[in-house]
Amino acid sequence: MKNSRALSLHVPEPRTRPGDAPDFSGVDVSRPGAVPRPDIATDPREIRDLAYGLIRVLDDHGEAVGPWDPRLDADVLLAGLKAMMLTRAYDDRMYRAQRQGKTSFFMKSRGEEAVAVAQAMALDRDDMCFPTYRQQGLLIARGYPLIQMMNQVYSNERDPMKGRQLPSMYSSRETGFFSISGNLGTQFSQAVGWAMASAYKGDTRIASGWIGDGATAEADFHHALTFASVYRAPVILNIVNNQWAISSFQGLAGGEATTFAARAIGYGLPALRVDGNDFLAVHAATAWAAERARANLGATVIELFTYRAESHSTSDDPSRYRPADEAERWPLGDPVARLAQHLTVLGCWSQERQAAQQKALDDLVRAAQREAEAVPALGSKSSSRVTDMFDDVYAETPWHLRQQARELEG
Amino acid sequence: MSIDVLMPALSPTMEEGTLAKWHVKPGDKVSSGDVIAEIETDKATMEVEAVDEGVVEALLVPEGSEEVKVNTPIARLSGESAPAAAPQPAAAPQAAPAPQAVAAPAPTPAAEPAKPAPVAAAPVAADPEVPAGAKLVKISVRDALRDAMAEEMRRDDGVFLMGEEVAQYQGAYKVSRDLLQEFGARRVIDTPITEHGFTGLGVGAAMAGLKPIVEFMTFNFAMQAMDQIINSAAKSHYMSGGQLHCQVVFRGPNGPAARVAAQHSQDYSAWYANVPGLKVVAPYDAADAKGLLKAAIRDPNPVVFLEHEMLYGHEFDIPDVPDWIVPIGKAKVRRVGKDVTLTAHSRMVGLALEAADKLAGEGIEAEVIDLRTLRPLDHETIVESVKKTNRLVTVEEGWGPMGVGAEVVARVIEHAFDYLDAPPLRVHQEDVPMPYAANLEALALPSVDKIVSAAKAVCYK
Repeated sequence: MKNSRALSLHVPEPRTRPGDAPDFSGVDVSRPGAVPRPDIATDPREIRDLAYGLIRVLDDHGEAVGPWDPRLDADVLLAGLKAMMLTRAYDDRMYRAQRQGKTSFFMKSRGEEAVAVAQAMALDRDDMCFPTYRQQGLLIARGYPLIQMMNQVYSNERDPMKGRQLPSMYSSRETGFFSISGNLGTQFSQAVGWAMASAYKGDTRIASGWIGDGATAEADFHHALTFASVYRAPVILNIVNNQWAISSFQGLAGGEATTFAARAIGYGLPALRVDGNDFLAVHAATAWAAERARANLGATVIELFTYRAESHSTSDDPSRYRPADEAERWPLGDPVARLAQHLTVLGCWSQERQAAQQKALDDLVRAAQREAEAVPALGSKSSSRVTDMFDDVYAETPWHLRQQARELEG
Repeated sequence: MSIDVLMPALSPTMEEGTLAKWHVKPGDKVSSGDVIAEIETDKATMEVEAVDEGVVEALLVPEGSEEVKVNTPIARLSGESAPAAAPQPAAAPQAAPAPQAVAAPAPTPAAEPAKPAPVAAAPVAADPEVPAGAKLVKISVRDALRDAMAEEMRRDDGVFLMGEEVAQYQGAYKVSRDLLQEFGARRVIDTPITEHGFTGLGVGAAMAGLKPIVEFMTFNFAMQAMDQIINSAAKSHYMSGGQLHCQVVFRGPNGPAARVAAQHSQDYSAWYANVPGLKVVAPYDAADAKGLLKAAIRDPNPVVFLEHEMLYGHEFDIPDVPDWIVPIGKAKVRRVGKDVTLTAHSRMVGLALEAADKLAGEGIEAEVIDLRTLRPLDHETIVESVKKTNRLVTVEEGWGPMGVGAEVVARVIEHAFDYLDAPPLRVHQEDVPMPYAANLEALALPSVDKIVSAAKAVCYK
């Protein structure tokens, strides 16, 4: 008989589970300012190290350090802080509305506000965004009205999407924001296609797509990277690694063996791995990738390393699958607090101003909510829009749908 | 007894080739397995071996002849034990043999009044779609599709073609012949081999306002792109509240080819026709292929355009008019009759017409309706016909359950129940995955005889 060992199956497990003390000792955090900033024209083969480092600008004292400091004006930073705080205030309010039974479903982005807001500010206003779930900050940073977002969440008579999409999955053509990917991943190849179309037309706009760490396991992710590489599409492909895909930790998507940014290397694409809770680092990395795309140098993959500080949605309970206090122990802190600290160091922010702004934004959100809740629900007696259900199936409504609409009206 | 040696097919889709060299001359004795000739296509060269023993009686096609159609007799052997039987009646032994239609009946398209009707008197309705006095030209379905794309690409810079092997190789079935040469690599784009990937790309490009034509090498491969077609293309306009159009054409061969087994021989008509947001088109002849494809490219909605590999090489008359367009959503009465209505689409239209010819010989006048568009389905034309004939047989190449025929029957029952004199019958593929073996494949598919039987059954004859 051969003296051979029995095979054993490896199933990844997170370091800690409910009841354990959070343990982030496995998280490899580069020193702020340590990662070099290459020229955008550098051959991707020469900067593969960037897929394994972590681009950081803000240090523990709130100072901006190193070559990736975007040197933004204080006005820009203040606008960024305000948009992040507004996103958080909006999320909190809508989450509460769901708990009160005013809507069926909601998704917060707490902890990830810098990803959407800093990226929106680094992109041009008319660049096209193909987000995943937690990029509502893109809309807020681009000035999309809160009331419209709430109308969507409430599926009321003024819902711009006419009651056809899950709450939190906004779309606004005018704002360059399209989300329909409830089935995960489809937006990634669509973003590449949109970008290629922009190049085809000789346009100047670029596209940006977002996907979660979990959905990188979808085939769509790999299709998108293949096409982006083959045709040098002017697109930014963002992986928001917030550590959790509902209750599946990132190791189940392959994060135990390598970084998600390193996926790009096999496709010959440059990859940046960025502290997603560092507003300045996210802004700088996005600006680098956007500049590269605009120079016809092709696509860039960015892994935004962050932490989903709340539940996936209103439908799950994180305390069942991870230690309850993990978010507070996240070694890269909170994006709002870190930018506020930086502005304080710069001498243009204070606790008093922070508190005043918080109150002003909370009031703004409450006022918008009151307005949205005064709008009749779709399908209610006062609603004239029930038969809109039959619109937009086709560009022109065919006769059989008009007939069905008439029958419904009775 | 003489035995004809036929021009062999090197592949299921080969239609013609060059007779490069003869290895035998009249009077030579050959036995089974002897190489008697070499034939060539653009893809391959093959030796032709004798299957039977005998003496070469005549070489019917000279060495060096090009474009020799598959199944044309190329030589004649006299069998050894040949009794002096009746001389071979068929096979005109000419150097330029008449093309031999494989499956389709070459129906007399309308507006060709001079031609005598084969069996029945005036079976074809005058075609109101063809302008009076329009000249008719013969063209293959393949070239009709090509011309449709070329014309729309000339007309609109936003129209482009992408897919596997569409550019350099001119398409797996040569539907994109010369498009790369005319329009360049920006507008005729070879893609990596991932249907789900380039379908997503097409949807994204459509959202950016372009009008992609996405070619699937066959619709069998579009299975992995279903999520993008159904969940994104068909729903984007609706779910975005009308904000994002998705003007895109998904086209390619659909339905069984010949001898390519279960995974490469299936008809997806019913699958796509089930989905709101999509339009689904399945033409039969060249005029519809061209006119409907041009309409599909201009349509602001996602259109699934189902072609048929077995029809690509078939030639039909097509009106020689500028900008020939056939509107989506209109069925066509291809033969007028009073006794029974036959509905069909794509290649089955040819079989239905052939069946109608046979039925006429037995005194049954069948009306043949080419559905042409499956979504939206023009049931008014069908219902009007059934009100006249009072009998219905549906024909489709796909499986029966939940199929196109089932939908046609349901609509007729809904709108013309009182007019029916017999329960409608459906002719369709047997309810099994397509077998590979040729005889089993033929048994699994609808046939002229099956249609004739069904028609007689509903006529109680």
